[in-house]
Amino acid sequence: MARAGLWAALGLLALPVLAGLAGVIAPAFGYLPALGGTELSLDPWRGLLGWGGLGHAMRLSVTTGVLSTALSLAMTFLIVAAWQGTRSFAWVTRALAPMLALPHAAAAFGLAFLIAPSGWIARALSPWATGWDRPPDLLIVNDPLGLALVAGLVVKEVPFLLLMTLAALPQADSLRSQMIARGLGYGRVMGWMKVVAPRVYAQIRLPVYAVLAYSMSVVDVALILGPTRPPTLAVQILEWTNHPDLRLRFQAAAGACLQLLLVVGALALWRLAERLVARRGAGWAAGGARGVGADRVLRPVGAGVALAIGLAVGLGLAGLLVWSFAGLWRFPALWPDAWGLRNWAGQSDMLARRIWQSAAIALGASVIALTLSVAALQTQGARPARIMGLIYLPLIVPQIAFLPGLASFALILGLDGTLGTVMAVHLVFVLPYVYLVLADPWRAWDARAGLVAASLGARPLRVLWAVRLPMLLRALCVAFAVGFATSIAQYLPTLLIGAGRVGTVTTEAVALASSANRRLIGVWAVVQMALPMAVFATCLTLPALIWRNRQGMRIG
Amino acid sequence: MSLRLENLIILRDGAPMVALDRTVAPGEVLSVMGPSGCGKSTLLACLAGALPPVFQARGRVWLDGREITDLPSHARRLGMLFQDDILFPHLSVAGNLGFGLARGVRDRAGAIEDALREAGLAGMGARDPATLSGGQRARVALMRTLLSAPRGLLLDEAFSKLDTELRAQMRGFVFGRARAHGLPVVMVTHDIEDARAAGGPVVDVMGRVL
Ligand SMILES: Nc1ncnc2c1ncn2[C@@H]1O[C@H](COP(=O)(O)OP(=O)(O)O)[C@@H](O)[C@H]1O
Ligand SMILES: [Mg+2]
Repeated sequence: MARAGLWAALGLLALPVLAGLAGVIAPAFGYLPALGGTELSLDPWRGLLGWGGLGHAMRLSVTTGVLSTALSLAMTFLIVAAWQGTRSFAWVTRALAPMLALPHAAAAFGLAFLIAPSGWIARALSPWATGWDRPPDLLIVNDPLGLALVAGLVVKEVPFLLLMTLAALPQADSLRSQMIARGLGYGRVMGWMKVVAPRVYAQIRLPVYAVLAYSMSVVDVALILGPTRPPTLAVQILEWTNHPDLRLRFQAAAGACLQLLLVVGALALWRLAERLVARRGAGWAAGGARGVGADRVLRPVGAGVALAIGLAVGLGLAGLLVWSFAGLWRFPALWPDAWGLRNWAGQSDMLARRIWQSAAIALGASVIALTLSVAALQTQGARPARIMGLIYLPLIVPQIAFLPGLASFALILGLDGTLGTVMAVHLVFVLPYVYLVLADPWRAWDARAGLVAASLGARPLRVLWAVRLPMLLRALCVAFAVGFATSIAQYLPTLLIGAGRVGTVTTEAVALASSANRRLIGVWAVVQMALPMAVFATCLTLPALIWRNRQGMRIG
Repeated sequence: MSLRLENLIILRDGAPMVALDRTVAPGEVLSVMGPSGCGKSTLLACLAGALPPVFQARGRVWLDGREITDLPSHARRLGMLFQDDILFPHLSVAGNLGFGLARGVRDRAGAIEDALREAGLAGMGARDPATLSGGQRARVALMRTLLSAPRGLLLDEAFSKLDTELRAQMRGFVFGRARAHGLPVVMVTHDIEDARAAGGPVVDVMGRVL
């Protein structure tokens, strides 16, 4: 049965991706009978290369993706290195970790509302510091360099990488290693970077790759914060995909192939850079520099970074909340002139429907994902089966590169637009994250506990139920919460597979991105935030509550 | 009760790493000595039915005249003690003991209380194991194993983390229990003191008498 779980998990992940890719590669070379493409041609590629914005769009994908990933990783390590083991750190992690549950789109909306020319920052400084009595005509959000997009990605990816790092810390034996480094006279940050960081990085490597692939090809955040003329490649592909001119669908498919190549290339370069850093880093670590003085600078910087991210998200959330209850709100007033429930009341039916659909999809997908992950992990024993590498496929292959193909198949099979199909496609993305979150703690579990239990007469199933699962309760809860949040956050799968009949709070919110209706955006983004947050908070509290009398179940 | 290792050979990359042909009598302690990495833990894992797949085992293992070579771990009834106590951190002290206590026992609470008293831990059943001292934890681990009514004991450097005084105490306690219950014991160690205190035969992993 467990073996079946392994194969089910892999089939679930690999098949849709491969099928979707096939459904994109064929039209990229002109073949898609349903749209009248019956012979192979290079026209889609000619069309793609003929688009004037191509070079720019590609460059944007690479720069925003790589920059946001590198920044997020650096910030995460800095925060942990500078503050691990302190009370502030416990506080910071408690504040940042739930942010993981925020859908990217909601965080992006919050940030957009905050930094926009008519946002809270401008209002707070106006008119006394800026002299503005009308919102200035500045392109802060949707700036052509994509810096707002980078910021939007960073505020989301840091909490994600932070949680991954926290999960890896106990196995990296971080506290004792750090203690030894400090005892040898190393500064906090330097000691951590030299002793703990390499081990932690080895464990969070795949999440980092996923962040890179995601950042390079994200659609929803780019729709909200990204440049517009031209947009990033992924956004342009979506535009072509949804274009009434069917010929552009073929061009979109060619673009999707190109996006895939771009991501694969960037990952290869990143891997190369890893090697380089590792080689240099080994020499650096052996060099013996203690870096005691660096702490004086780096610790406040780390705190500042954490604070800035917390504020960006926190104030962003507050801004969304305020807009959702706002009536008239003149610039540069800090608060609305009038408050009310009108924005909410007008949406209540739709809200109820979308919340129900979102929650049902997310719950189903995460429960199935958790079960399959446990089954798959249980089958593999101590060493991961090679084939499990396939589980990362849906995280590395950009959504925009294979979902359009999958949508074509769903349409041909008449499966599009049903709750079940959308849930199944969500599962493709939920499962890897759940597995990813669960796999390391699962393996790090001391197998001797299982052997002892067995030698006391416990059968394998009892070892699983009575020893392993309870000992890993925290990891299971986190995995479930991550799965739930991942599902809620899905935009493209719901959009393309839901075919307009199934929608979630996320498709609803992102659809408003270009509308400039801040009140409506506020309402939907708040809901989009609150739903996964509530689940996440519950899942983090639960194990702490259950094991409140068990010191051995706490993490360092 | 006796434990027989019949031409037991553990191969690693086709080469024998462990080779033993011995019978351990009831209450006797077979000490297997050798430096770190020579295969002592692997031998015990093999006896416990948890040989890592990189190794192959040849030969047979008998316990009480019953062949256990191919039985799964939970059916072998060989209790294991490691240098770490491996108490289940999510269970209370009593919970850990209860986990070990054989299914058929009627008065479970009474049996657990007796075991606690015997280990000098009376009244500590509700405690979080993480709040006990190293010596106390080691004793809980031992009592947990004994409550499962094992037919033999496997000790993997079980005393090496205890300080000298506790160590002597704990050895006496374990060997005493084993003798009282007539349990054959295989103890692997790199400490000659352990082997001397055990009083039984001392061999290396290739079966040479030391
Ligand atoms: N699961 C495993 N996979 C591969 N090699 C192992 C495994 N377990 C132990 N070894 C190797 O087998 C040898 C014997 O290990 P072990 O039995 O733990 O030695 P000891 O307990 O005597 O110190 C060591 O070289 C060790 O690295
Ligand atoms: Mg050993």
